[in-house]
Amino acid sequence: MKIKQLSVFLENKKGRLYEALSVLAKEGINIRALTIADTSDFGILRMIVNNADAAKRALEETGFTTKITNVVAIGVKDRPGGLAEVLKYLYEADINVEYLYAFVEKSGEEAVVVLRTNNLDKTIDILSQRGIKLFDSQTIENI
Amino acid sequence: MFWNKEMETISVERLRELQLERLKKVVKYAYERVPYYKKKFDEVGLKPEDIRTLDDIKYIPYTSKADLREVYPFGMFAVPLSEIVEIHSSSGTTGKPVVMGYTRGDIGVWKEVMARSITMMGVTKEDIVQIAYGYGLFTGGLGFHYGALTVGATIVPASAGNTRRQIELMRDFGTTVLCCTPSYALYLAEYAKDEMGIEPSTLKLKAGSFGAEMWTEEMRKEIEKRFGLKAYNVYGLTEIIGPGVGHECQAQQGIHIQEDHFYPEIIEPETGEILPEGRTGELVLTTLTKEGVPMLRFRTRDITALITGECSCGRTLRRVKRIQGRSDDMIKVRGVMLFPYQIEKAILEVQGVEPHYQIILTRPHHLDEIEVQVEVSKETFSDDVKTMEGLKKKLEKRIEETVGIRVAVTLVEPKSLPRSEGKAKRVIDKRGLS
Repeated sequence: MKIKQLSVFLENKKGRLYEALSVLAKEGINIRALTIADTSDFGILRMIVNNADAAKRALEETGFTTKITNVVAIGVKDRPGGLAEVLKYLYEADINVEYLYAFVEKSGEEAVVVLRTNNLDKTIDILSQRGIKLFDSQTIENI
Repeated sequence: MFWNKEMETISVERLRELQLERLKKVVKYAYERVPYYKKKFDEVGLKPEDIRTLDDIKYIPYTSKADLREVYPFGMFAVPLSEIVEIHSSSGTTGKPVVMGYTRGDIGVWKEVMARSITMMGVTKEDIVQIAYGYGLFTGGLGFHYGALTVGATIVPASAGNTRRQIELMRDFGTTVLCCTPSYALYLAEYAKDEMGIEPSTLKLKAGSFGAEMWTEEMRKEIEKRFGLKAYNVYGLTEIIGPGVGHECQAQQGIHIQEDHFYPEIIEPETGEILPEGRTGELVLTTLTKEGVPMLRFRTRDITALITGECSCGRTLRRVKRIQGRSDDMIKVRGVMLFPYQIEKAILEVQGVEPHYQIILTRPHHLDEIEVQVEVSKETFSDDVKTMEGLKKKLEKRIEETVGIRVAVTLVEPKSLPRSEGKAKRVIDKRGLS
């Protein structure tokens, strides 16, 4: 149930995000979700795309440093307390969240939360036991 | 072990007397016989008689490599060619070559200092010495040859190159002493193991004399470990005599300069001011006994420091530290001397891969700032911000520990730093100092 996230190292330099996204556009890559973690002199662009391997290849060919990292994507009911419930399970299981970001899928009923924790296997076990919806990569790529 | 114990353990007082006596003689000799020196002396109003103490050497103008090139080929010769028995020359990769002529007496001095050098490693006539420095115009091969010949060791004059054969010779002849560049020594070890299936430590090598390029203590340890030998630093340059200007003894605590023949000074490279013992600066050498091409206060461009205190080996000849850089590459930040290769080494230690980096010097508020831009490699990139910030901090810490000043590291994208045809441009100085 792990899905591939593509990370790109970005220097804090004018136009770099644009350049990275242009490469993906040219390659016909669709971005499902995106977030940027930034520090004073560099940023890390994290994305869920429809074809992580092709996107990685295209970016590397144009000189970007990239990495594929595994994350989980869960479906959370679009109502107050939806995400808190999930985090409570992880907290009880002593799992640390490294980062997360979310997007709302097209039907609007569900928020998709992308999650990276210090123990992905355990995260998957706990959340499945609790009946939380986990997306597989195919579903995510086709959203 | 000594080749010339009397001279190598001479009292410091007596040595200074001898140096002064020889200095006065060589100054007069050079002034009278080499128009270049006469002109330089006359320009500053100096007469050979003005040199009355060793301290007075400071009045003599420096001689640079550029000066030597100008008088190519024989302009520095103090004797007619009929008195010259051998000629050596630098490769001239950075301009016109420098040509040096040796009289019979000079070759005698060379043999003496190289015999001392080889004996310092505990090498005797019982040893088999393989010389893998190039024989020819380059001084490395013949310098070692003369030394080993004088000692009476068995010489294997392999010269440079032909790696497989070098290893076969070592194995079949039972070579005990290897003389070559340190990088070639490492290559030999690797080649023996990977290409020939010979474990280098099974060879009979017990000592090696390595030089003609800059190397580090880490390399020494590596060479010693791989071959199971003791690795010694040799120092020399064509302009002075070739190898044999100095050599390490078995204490391996610095290079003893053969001071009765070559007088060392350390100067501040920018101002030319003489630095006290122990301070790091550019090595300046004066030949005290050379006849063919006497060299007065030659600026070697090599950065080192005179080591204070006595050596456990009993030699009174002063020592210098291993060469730490070339003054041409030196950068001065907040009064501290540093070299790009030190920063490179620090980055390599943290990253474990050959770094691409650039050093940027600025002076925003009348104080030098140093920024080191390091390209993030595939190997070092992590999706985790903490890890990347940690990498940055580790780099800053390691560089500070190595060069002694605080730097700011910026992680940049791969291939974002300019690559040039030959050498990469490592330093961008935006301080507007020069």
